[in-house]
Amino acid sequence: MTRETTVNIALAIALLAVPIGAQFADHPFIITLSTKVAIFAIAGVGLNIALGYGGLISFGHAAFFGLGGYAAGILASQALNYEPLVTWPFEIQGTTQMLIIWPVALCICGAAALVIGAMSLRTGGVYFIMITLAFAQMIYYFAISWPAYGGEDGLSIYVRSKFPGLNTLDPITFFAICFALLIAVLGFSVLLTHSRFGLALSAARQNPQRLTSVGVRPFQVQLTAFVISGMITGLAGALYADLNRFVSPAMFSWHTSGEIMIFVILGGVGRLFGPLAGAALFILLEHLLGGITEFWQFLLGMLLLLIVLFARGGLIGLLAGGRGNV
Amino acid sequence: MSKLLTLENVTAFYGASQALFGVNLEIGKGEVVALMGRNGMGKTTTIRTICRMLPHSSGRIFFAGQNLEKMPSHKAARLGLGLVPEGRRCFSGLTVHENLLAASRDGYWTFQQVSELFPRLSERRDQFANTLSGGEQQMLSIGRALMTNPKLLILDEATEGLAPVVRQEIWSAMFKLKDEGLSILVIDKSLRELTAIADHCAILEKGATCWSGITADLVPDITDRYLGV
Repeated sequence: MTRETTVNIALAIALLAVPIGAQFADHPFIITLSTKVAIFAIAGVGLNIALGYGGLISFGHAAFFGLGGYAAGILASQALNYEPLVTWPFEIQGTTQMLIIWPVALCICGAAALVIGAMSLRTGGVYFIMITLAFAQMIYYFAISWPAYGGEDGLSIYVRSKFPGLNTLDPITFFAICFALLIAVLGFSVLLTHSRFGLALSAARQNPQRLTSVGVRPFQVQLTAFVISGMITGLAGALYADLNRFVSPAMFSWHTSGEIMIFVILGGVGRLFGPLAGAALFILLEHLLGGITEFWQFLLGMLLLLIVLFARGGLIGLLAGGRGNV
Repeated sequence: MSKLLTLENVTAFYGASQALFGVNLEIGKGEVVALMGRNGMGKTTTIRTICRMLPHSSGRIFFAGQNLEKMPSHKAARLGLGLVPEGRRCFSGLTVHENLLAASRDGYWTFQQVSELFPRLSERRDQFANTLSGGEQQMLSIGRALMTNPKLLILDEATEGLAPVVRQEIWSAMFKLKDEGLSILVIDKSLRELTAIADHCAILEKGATCWSGITADLVPDITDRYLGV
């Protein structure tokens, strides 16, 4: 077992142990924080596929986070109001079933990522960053000016979506769902990065022309990765909507894109458990330093600066050493 | 012998400046052809044109019965063009095994086959490509091209900058590939090795084919005229 695997297992156990301990100590707030870590980590795992393995610096992943959130919010809101979502050509009802909401969120985010990726990937470098940002901001301003679903005020969902056989309103149960999904997407990420596709994605980051010369078109590989990445981040958005029982245009804003990127960078770009480590550190800093000073983000900025300058492997790199995938 | 690759009066430009002025080349199935010429005569440009990294502006290129005009580089590679580029250019962040796997396509050549050709790659299986010696990187680069199961292996500066012992290993491997019936187009500085392995030779001067024929006809008079410094 490598040192990184040990660190990864320790992190997963820690994320599991904290809310279980909080359950026994009757601290539901800690469980909610742990759930938030798991959800943010899922969003980061999504971005890590594009950014870490594919070298695609997307500054617009908030678009997928928000679309996933709004998919959950709109479906639940329509179901709770007993109003069909669509009446023509056939009637589609809203739903509060997670097992329906998740695939819908995944499909919407996949379609959006396909369009955004197909256009953005025709550029590179700073233009890719700006186009992904522009798409996210475009959707952000659309959400603000969409009164049907709360516009700038956002949309309250009132009840948490349901999962067959589970009481999702119980914080520890909802955490368990999010944790299980996190493990699932991490497992998927391992399979993906070790597959021939994953290797081609890494190769496309390092030398696209060389990859072309062995018969693989980098555009297709990168677009597929971008779509998968957007879908996973969208799933996190759907869970986040259920966690807060509220969605707002802020989910689409560039702040959110920046935060997802910070999770990945803090934890370690291209490191499997980097997003989890980064999200946990972010939430920890937010609540520890946020209680001391309202300028906690200044300190976060300093930490980010130190990591970028002196610890490129992020927290996982510091703990486990090695070079990861980047 | 049926022709696998044919170039007819190929011209090509880098922007406004013309680099190829009429290249003619033929490679038959199972044949080894050496592309020769002094530095800057258009050897690498010819290869870039064949592999569709540079479009040709006139003339015709046929490979495996297909006209390569307007064909993108990745599709030409899938037709069976396996390129070993000048300067190796392995995927530095991937291990030896991953480099080979990323390029693999179904066929005779597998990791096992490549390992038998270059046992050193098997020993370095989990080592990152950028930690390999120059010779090992060249072996990896050849292995990567073979993993695409090419019909034609193209080597640009096959042994440039390598130690004599390693060069010998590379040439031995190429003789094995020739014996297995693989078609090869090779560029190298070593005239002695090239003439030993090649069935045919083509010499480029100022971006055009100035001589081509069977290796036995490559008399000193011709090499002195076109390849002498």
